[in-house]
Formats: sequence, C-alpha cells, structure tokens
Amino acid sequence: MANVFAYAETRAGELRRVAFEAVSAARQLADAGGGGEVHALIVGAPGVAAKAEQLGRYGADVVSVVEDAALDKYSPEVVAATAAQLIGAGAFRAAVFCASAQGKDLAPRVAAKLGVSMISDATSLELKGDAIVSQHPVNTGKVVATVTLTGSPAIVAVRPGAIAPVEAARAARVESVKPAMDPAVARVVPKEMIQGNTAQLDLGEAPVVVSGGRGLKVPENFKLLEDLAAAFGNAAVGATRAVTDEGWRPHSDQIGQTGRLVSPDLYIAAGISGAIQHLAGMRTSRTIVAINKDREAPIFKVADYGIVGDVLEIVPVLTEAVKEAKKE
Amino acid sequence: MKIAVCIKRVPDMETRFKIAADGKSVDQAGLKFDMSDFDGYAVEVALRLKEKEGQGDVTVISLGPSVVQETLRKALSMGADRAVQLEADPVPFDGLAIAKALAAELKDGGYDLVLFGRMAIDSSNQTVGPMTAELLGLPCMTAASSLEIAGGRATARRELEGAAEILEFPLPAVVTIDEGIARPRLPSLKGIMGAKKKPLDVKPAQLGEEHLTVTRMELPPERTGGRIIGEGPDAVPELVRLLRSEAKVL
Repeated sequence: MANVFAYAETRAGELRRVAFEAVSAARQLADAGGGGEVHALIVGAPGVAAKAEQLGRYGADVVSVVEDAALDKYSPEVVAATAAQLIGAGAFRAAVFCASAQGKDLAPRVAAKLGVSMISDATSLELKGDAIVSQHPVNTGKVVATVTLTGSPAIVAVRPGAIAPVEAARAARVESVKPAMDPAVARVVPKEMIQGNTAQLDLGEAPVVVSGGRGLKVPENFKLLEDLAAAFGNAAVGATRAVTDEGWRPHSDQIGQTGRLVSPDLYIAAGISGAIQHLAGMRTSRTIVAINKDREAPIFKVADYGIVGDVLEIVPVLTEAVKEAKKE
Repeated sequence: MKIAVCIKRVPDMETRFKIAADGKSVDQAGLKFDMSDFDGYAVEVALRLKEKEGQGDVTVISLGPSVVQETLRKALSMGADRAVQLEADPVPFDGLAIAKALAAELKDGGYDLVLFGRMAIDSSNQTVGPMTAELLGLPCMTAASSLEIAGGRATARRELEGAAEILEFPLPAVVTIDEGIARPRLPSLKGIMGAKKKPLDVKPAQLGEEHLTVTRMELPPERTGGRIIGEGPDAVPELVRLLRSEAKVL
C-alpha cells in the first residue's frame, strides 16, 4: 500500500476545481496501489483550514493545512519548500499536482528539490508495476505521447479537466502544518493579484466556450458573444490570437497553440477562420460549432456543425434561440 | 548585464506529423525546423534588455545534435553575442536530465539573468526552466508576460486562469518567458552575415539520468467534421435542434 500526496490549489481563500481533480487523481492512484492514504496540502491565509473537509469528499484521508497571513497570495518558494518537505518526509509513492498556471510553476520546483523527474500535463494516469504511465499531448496536440516515469516519489501534473473529480467520501483528518520556509525570507515575492472578471467562468473550466475572431470586425461586437455566453449560463468567452494581438481582448483569453488549451463540451467558433495555431487550442472539444462567412474556412473541417454566414447576424438569433431552449 | 538564453530547435507545427517506424517518435522526414516559439520571445527580451542598457552580453545555449547550430546561428543573427551547443543526441524527454546539463553549463557563467521560453512547443513539458533554477539555487519566475528590471530587482507578471499576478525578485534569477511580451525580430542581412563570425562553442552535455521516457507516440483520432448545416440566421433552429438531440449539449 502506497500513500499518495496531492496539492490542493487555492485562490483568494477558495479551493479551485483543479484541487478536487488533483485529489481525485491521487485517490485513483492510491486505490490502484492497494488502497493507501491520500494526503492533501492546502496553503493560504488564516481561515483556509475551513475548506479542508471538502477534500475529504473527494478521497483525502489527511489534509495538511498551512495558514499564514503572509500566504494569502501564492508564494512560489514557500509552497515549493513546504510541499517538498512533506513529500520527502512522507515516503509517498507519488505526488499529484494540477497543470494549471500555478501548478506548472510549482511542480517542477518540487521535483527538482526532491531530485526526481516528473510527468507534465498528463491526460491519463496509470500505475503499471514500478512505473507511472500517462498520456501527454505533444506538438500542439497533434501527437499524443505515452510516457513512463520510474522512481519514487513520482511527480505528476494532471491537465485541468482531464480527470473528473469523483466523490469518494472520507472524514479527512486535518493537521496544521508550519511552512517549511519563513515567507519573509522568500526571494520571489507575490506583490499583487489581479482578479479578472470573477463573474465569468474560467475558460479551462467552463463546459461551453464561445470564441471570437477577426470576423467580429470591431472589439465592441464581442458583446454579442458575451450575450450568447450569458444565455448558456455556463459559458466563458475566448478569442483568437489575432484578436488578442490587436488588444481587443486580454491576452489571457487567447485560445491556441501559445495560449490556453481548452476542451469544453461545446465550443462555438464565431468569425474564426481556423488557423492551425488556433485549432491546436480547441481541437479536443467534444462538440464544435463554426459560424463563418467563408465556406472554405478551415474551421469547418473540424466543426461538427457549421453555419455559413455573417456572425453579426447569426449570433444574436442563436442567443435568442438558446434562451428559449433553456426555458423549456 | 550578462544574459543567457536557453533555446530549443523544434519542428514547424504547421505540419501533418507521421509516427516513425519505432512507434515512439515523430518521423523526421520532410520536417522543417525552427526555434521554439517561446524561445524566440526570450531571445527578443534579452536583446531588448541589452539595448536598453547600452551594454551587455547575450549567450544563447542549445542542447542537441549538431543541427541545433542552425538555431543558435539564427539567435546570433538576431543579435546574440555568443553561442554554446551542448552535444546530445537524441535530446532526452526528461526535463530534469536536461536541467542538470544546463545547470552545469550555467553554474559558473556569472549570468545576471537566465531566460527560457515558457515551454518547448514540441515536448510541451514546461519543466526545464524552473528545474534549472532550483539546481542553480536561483530565484525563478515562470511564464512572465511582462518583465521590468531596475536596480538589480525585477518585477514580472504571470497570466493565470482568469486572473494575473505580479511578483518581484532579485537578480541573478531565472525567468521563463510567455507569449505577448515582445515579438521576436527578424534577422537582418547584416545580422546574418555577422553571425557567421560570432563564437559558437561545442561541449558535451552533462545530462542527468533519465527516468521519464516516451514509450509510444500516436496520432489523435481525426475529427470527422465538415458538416455544414445551412446558411445565415435561418440555419439557427436546425443548429439548436442538433445541439439538443444529437450532441446533447443544450
């Protein structure tokens, strides 16, 4: 029986969905290894301990909580030192992180501190003998690599959304832990957290993504997509690189090879021609709808459903139809 | 300021990839290669910092077989001053194995700043930068979408999911560079000619042991799209019907 560690990411005092995904993935590994314990770590400002029991619902047996007023924002060196100390002391078979922006910063630091290799952006996770085997998209998602990691502890960062949180309720034992490093001596210091539109779902977590390209003609027309997203009620608005390069939308909204990679249940591409760079960020979406005036646009080759025509005319009609459908 | 930029040669992504006969790599035949996208941004950031100061030295480092010299020459033609090839063939997939070789090269270089691209666009691991920083014991900022340096301290921004954060740290430091920070310049003809005379050292890479390996590569299932259901707003009711009854997403 081998215990598995999981890092539970928080933001502004709340657990993020990816925290439950990491704990769930750790639970699966622990069960595959004969039913070991899952130990989760939460770091945050005083008060964050109240969130610990939520992790029990997804299979955590022990939740270590670091509460410190200086840790209200993510402090990379303090969190890495604390995670590495806990993982090193606990003789864990594996440690699961989420490959979010924060997890991608944290997991390699922890792996290097422990002197072990790691799997990044895993879309699957399997214990095979003395190895962990994962799938990991490479070459902008055009190729899928199966990777094998030997050695212990195995550090794995799972792609957000790839491993659905599954309830496996336990009464988690909550332990208070001191940070392994005094936040005051950290060299890399978090200064400011700039919250985006918190009313809007995150692109990586929204079941529906409505995305716009140059076909919207002027930045003001993104209002049409925001209205469509609001009609769905569970949608986020994304954009192409052309649009974010123009400054019509924030850079963080860019979906593509060099931006966000999303795979929602439904992806609506409005006024997007479908450059390879964009397709790389959304081609794994379950259902793709394309609306474009150019019948030859490459986006139609990957779309399940295409409508040829002017997005500015079609989107408002679609918004009304979605509102009607949601009423029923 | 003395700056090192670690860069990788990667295949052009606008390609239809084929899996090689070994079943665990991409067929190299007919592929075009270039500097990884994010590494181009990192080189540009280094050059701008040097230009702003009016002095400095930019070293570009690439790990791989002799063909990576092409990529190093490109960075030299953009304006880097010197280049180092760390000989390794093939390039390991294990980020820690690579980080060990880079840390060994960088350790006594006296660099104020070590830059990386946020990730290599081919292997997509995003681990080598922060791992190298840990091995060197240097402060590290990953995925910087802005970077300001003044008086030996740096301020940088990182994009998060639906938010952003600003961090501060002292130099020397390791920073990995995100897109959007600075569009890489194209090498000028003068730059290309000058690059031929710039120093390019070749050394064996002191790679770490590999514990992460690729055991299989495959192409993802093709999407069977291409179904146009109609034209103009009149097609909307049919779309909604399909989203409800067929795709079951509404």
